Amino acid sequence: MSNPVLQISDLQVSYYTDTGRATALDGVSLALNVGEKLGLVGESGSGKSTMALAMMRMIKPPGRIEGGRVLVGDTDLTSLTDEQMLRARLSKIAYIPQGAMNSLNPVMRIGNQMMDAIKAHVSGDAKADMRERCVEALESVDLKPAVFKMYPHELSGGMKQRVCIAIGILLKPQVIIADEPTSALDVVTQRQVMETIDRVQKQIGAAVILIGHDMGLMAQFVDKVAVMYAGRLAELSTVRQMFTSPAHPYAQALISSLPNLENKGVFQGIPGLAPSLLRLPSGCAFHPRCPRVMDICTSVRPDLNTLEDGRNVACHLYTEKA
Amino acid sequence: MAALLELKNVTKVYTRGVLSRASTTALNDVSLTLAENEPTIVTVAGESGSGKTTLAMLLLGFIAPSAGQILYQGQDISRLGGAARMAFRREVQAVFQDPFAVFNPFYTVDHLLTVPIKKFKLATSAKQARERMEEALTAVGLRPEDILGRFPHQLSGGQRQRINVARALVLKPKLLVADEPVSMVDASLRANILETLRGLQKNHGVSIIYITHDLTTAFHIAKSIIVLYRGSVMEAGDVDAVIKHPQHPYTRLLIDSIPWPDLNRRWGETEIKAKEMEQSAQGSGCKFLSRCPFAMNQCVTPAPLFRMSEHQAASCYLYEQYPQVHSDQLTELLPV
Repeated sequence: MSNPVLQISDLQVSYYTDTGRATALDGVSLALNVGEKLGLVGESGSGKSTMALAMMRMIKPPGRIEGGRVLVGDTDLTSLTDEQMLRARLSKIAYIPQGAMNSLNPVMRIGNQMMDAIKAHVSGDAKADMRERCVEALESVDLKPAVFKMYPHELSGGMKQRVCIAIGILLKPQVIIADEPTSALDVVTQRQVMETIDRVQKQIGAAVILIGHDMGLMAQFVDKVAVMYAGRLAELSTVRQMFTSPAHPYAQALISSLPNLENKGVFQGIPGLAPSLLRLPSGCAFHPRCPRVMDICTSVRPDLNTLEDGRNVACHLYTEKA
Repeated sequence: MAALLELKNVTKVYTRGVLSRASTTALNDVSLTLAENEPTIVTVAGESGSGKTTLAMLLLGFIAPSAGQILYQGQDISRLGGAARMAFRREVQAVFQDPFAVFNPFYTVDHLLTVPIKKFKLATSAKQARERMEEALTAVGLRPEDILGRFPHQLSGGQRQRINVARALVLKPKLLVADEPVSMVDASLRANILETLRGLQKNHGVSIIYITHDLTTAFHIAKSIIVLYRGSVMEAGDVDAVIKHPQHPYTRLLIDSIPWPDLNRRWGETEIKAKEMEQSAQGSGCKFLSRCPFAMNQCVTPAPLFRMSEHQAASCYLYEQYPQVHSDQLTELLPV
């Protein structure tokens, strides 16, 4: 087994709100190898985006990282000083946020924004080198060098999103986190953007974490899928295992709620509502909605166990057999 | 057949400035009729820039067509006055794409629900108004006690979008224009919102114009579909026929780009010609010409709709062996 490029262990994040402490991320661990693509899925509020922000150390008050480690290569991001972390962002770990295309400054040329990104994270590059690097990055996302001199309003949504991907890969990071990179784009553009990420990822050999709730996109794009529920991993398995035989009842519900061309008009949502992080149910957080709930589920929280076929599942259905 | 809504050869052209002659045709000669007594769900599909949202704005009376007419219960909506206008405003409701933009951050979310209740005098007492709100919120799967009294930033996107649907519901509309209502919502909530919309059509007799780029949800919720590309109708008909057997090259590209949650159905291999290239090459011919893998000489004049079956027609010369349909007869293609 090759050395993992990203190792997250026991990551813990809480938000301190007026109504109490909400544990948004509760002891999440996972590892990712070079060139691997992981999909992180879950309902809103399940901790997907918190996970991304925690990895980038961009959790803002009232949120706080309360424990755990994030290793990229052999650098422990959680032990870096703020100054070091600033440099690590973009060069070791890059983040393409949701609706990234709206983060471009409308009164600044694309090229200047890209050079700014380089200047903020590495020092001492000659201007000509930086420019060359930017144009290279633009080309790798299929944009003409002329885009360097353009303003954001001259570009379409898909092009702006690709500019943001270009900024993300400027410093050839080892890990790219893409948080719903295509949620505001139409299907054709979405496919273009995803194919761009795919190609770029292969070029620079980075590991990718794709955050989202579109299982279709996951099926087309990732190697492994991690399903989150109420701040914890419910299941982590390969994309094939996930789509052919999901183990966790929540993952099963997610998969069977997917639309396809056979079951027209059948809307199989997941019954019940996502729990509030302020008052999580006892035991397994999913038990009030679980169709296969047992007595033990209401009192004992299941740990993430590795099954025989290599997948990780946090559910009592599988602990007895193990 | 009494028509609830009738579009007669509607065209919308946006011009740039007073002196410039450059203009963009956002919607080109679209005719469509929705019957009053047969509530249905019609999908209008297409990528960004296809004129979907322009169509929504026209239907809601926010903008006026450059040519053609839009009639609501037989009356031109640009000339409605007084009581008729109030009725139109109440009976035609909208749900928009962005569940973040419609909330005023300074008010609690109650505001969004109380304003229409007050404005249209739907309740006689505060208690009744509260009941109405709770009823609507429960109908969209929210717990009123979790929602009422909170500020927009305290709620998730999915919750906000369902509040929007609840707001429309409070008014008991006849027509709902839903512009990408689920594109920013969780997959698991999507099913709930779509189910809510379909329940509106089935149980409350509300007709719905469902505007989307997501053909999977369109397939599940709608009866019929109109595929637009840069303002022109490319293909129209029964949703089953169009999605399972797309005919127009553009519809095929769209269907091919859907990320199916199915490991055995990979994204198509068809090369997507970059959209940005074609922007400049706007001619008078078929709008899809510059991206079309089947482009022929005759495509420089736009193709009429050719009807390959009772409930399917495509605007493409690949099908010229089939009978032609005039754009006025679009409605005949759509099953109810």
